[in-house]
Amino acid sequence: MSIQSEDVQKIAHLARLGVDQDQVESYAADLSDIMGMVEQMNQVDTTGIEPMAHPLDQVQRLRSDRVTETDQRELLQKNSAHVEDGLFLVPRVID
Amino acid sequence: MYNKSLKQLSTSLQNKELSSVELSQYFLDRIKRYDGELNSVITLNEEAALAEAAQADKIIHAGNAGPLTGIPLLHKDIFCTKGLRTSCGSKMLDNFIAPYSATAVNKLTQAGTVMLGKTNMDEFAMGSSNETSFYGAVKNPWDLKTVPGGSSGGSAAAVAARLAPIASGTDTGGSIRQPAAFCGITGIKPTYGSVSRYGMIAFASSLDQAGSMAKSAEDAAYMLQAMSGFDEKDSTSVDRPPADLVSGLGDSIKGLTIGLPKEFFGDDLDDEMRQKVEAAIDSIKSAGASIKEISLPNINLSVPAYYVVAPAECSANLSRFDGVRFGYRCESPKDLEDLYKRSRGEGFGDEVKRRIMMGAYVLSAGYYDAYYKKAQQVRRLIKQDFVNAFKEVDIIASATAPSVAFTAGEKTDDPVSMYLSDTFTIGVNLAGLPGMSVPCGYINKMPVGLQLIGNYYDESRLLNVAHQYQQLTDWHTHVPAGFEE
Repeated sequence: MSIQSEDVQKIAHLARLGVDQDQVESYAADLSDIMGMVEQMNQVDTTGIEPMAHPLDQVQRLRSDRVTETDQRELLQKNSAHVEDGLFLVPRVID
Repeated sequence: MYNKSLKQLSTSLQNKELSSVELSQYFLDRIKRYDGELNSVITLNEEAALAEAAQADKIIHAGNAGPLTGIPLLHKDIFCTKGLRTSCGSKMLDNFIAPYSATAVNKLTQAGTVMLGKTNMDEFAMGSSNETSFYGAVKNPWDLKTVPGGSSGGSAAAVAARLAPIASGTDTGGSIRQPAAFCGITGIKPTYGSVSRYGMIAFASSLDQAGSMAKSAEDAAYMLQAMSGFDEKDSTSVDRPPADLVSGLGDSIKGLTIGLPKEFFGDDLDDEMRQKVEAAIDSIKSAGASIKEISLPNINLSVPAYYVVAPAECSANLSRFDGVRFGYRCESPKDLEDLYKRSRGEGFGDEVKRRIMMGAYVLSAGYYDAYYKKAQQVRRLIKQDFVNAFKEVDIIASATAPSVAFTAGEKTDDPVSMYLSDTFTIGVNLAGLPGMSVPCGYINKMPVGLQLIGNYYDESRLLNVAHQYQQLTDWHTHVPAGFEE
């Protein structure tokens, strides 16, 4: 599978990832190489094999619905430079 | 002093021949003296460490010391440490002060260890050479022109240079074992789910597993024992009583069967590597184990399957870095999309970007079945091969890496060749098995690692086989030239 510059632009947008224009081609070449290696998987027939999502095939554990976290809003928001009145600030979204 | 085992250090501390403050200061001084050239430590925790050491000394004086009380260590900078910068080797988290500590860190603190600092690593644990760190490459103490391996390369280089007796690591595709091999130390990744992932910055959640890095299997066992255990804060933590990893060290290994996968000893294996590994296996045989050839027919597909599963999970996990709540934020974004794109574009390095894009690609509409589902199916085949093999053998052995440490810069322009340096280690992560690396000699003066793989939850036996090997050999006691004073 060869990945073109347009594919890189598209997936970078899907991942909301800014990519320098002058690097797009080299990313396309690297990703094509990686996909070429990945496609060795097609050597093996996997018809009827159940996909393995968890190495130990465990199911999600449930817990009782009780409050365990304390309110640490101020501490947790210290890592953001743009906070006001306990809210995170982002550029205007709605006019 | 720097080459003493944890047992010896603990005895000296408890006999009051030495205080934890003195021991901690000794290793802090070694870090200051030697780390300028190695770059294995990102953040030093001197003041808080000496306070922790003073606290440990009180516990020792009260007669309440455990085997790790007062022992200094380093933590990989992927583990959240409350009040201390936790960068994950990335510009994205250069300003991130963790608001809480990882469970593994808390458990080691409760065991009385003293945190000297945080070790360098490949950015977000994505790399096999420690060259992708925002804080610069780590050097291998055996030859500063070569890489220490990755992603836990800072921890491996620091333990190898004896800058700390033990260090934590994480292993998603070989990130404990491969750097342990390159730096001539002992490292173990336990069964998936053994050590809590809470507070360990996520790369690929179904593969990530923390473990211990040390001079010897015995030291690694003491450290892993203290880190392991069920944690309800990690939904994938395994809820079973903790195994005793220490008291079985010293048991005879007579009658054990060691399996050698023929796929790991094929014609493409380097001749000198084969000799070193076979000599190590002969030593284990001389202790009473028998050897059997086995086959893991699908193991050659582990690197391809991994480079679908790991990037897919990484692209989801790293979506949390949006420039809003924590982490790097770009200057003057013109709108929300610009904020996301530029914060992520400027905050992440090249390899992280490649993997996020790779993950977004294989998960995108129309490709899911061909790649993600296919990889998960291949993953089951690989696991089944191991399950079948462990019906016939107790431990599987191979080289840890196809070569010794390579020269810095050699593979940075060729991601696929870099990925292939994990060809012997990745299958273990896909299957969720425990694996370790122990030093077993040198090629061109660079350390060689022997990989030992155990069955699920069989870390105790795995560590004992490594320990028995280390009773017969002294590779693990060697210190690289220039770090011996």
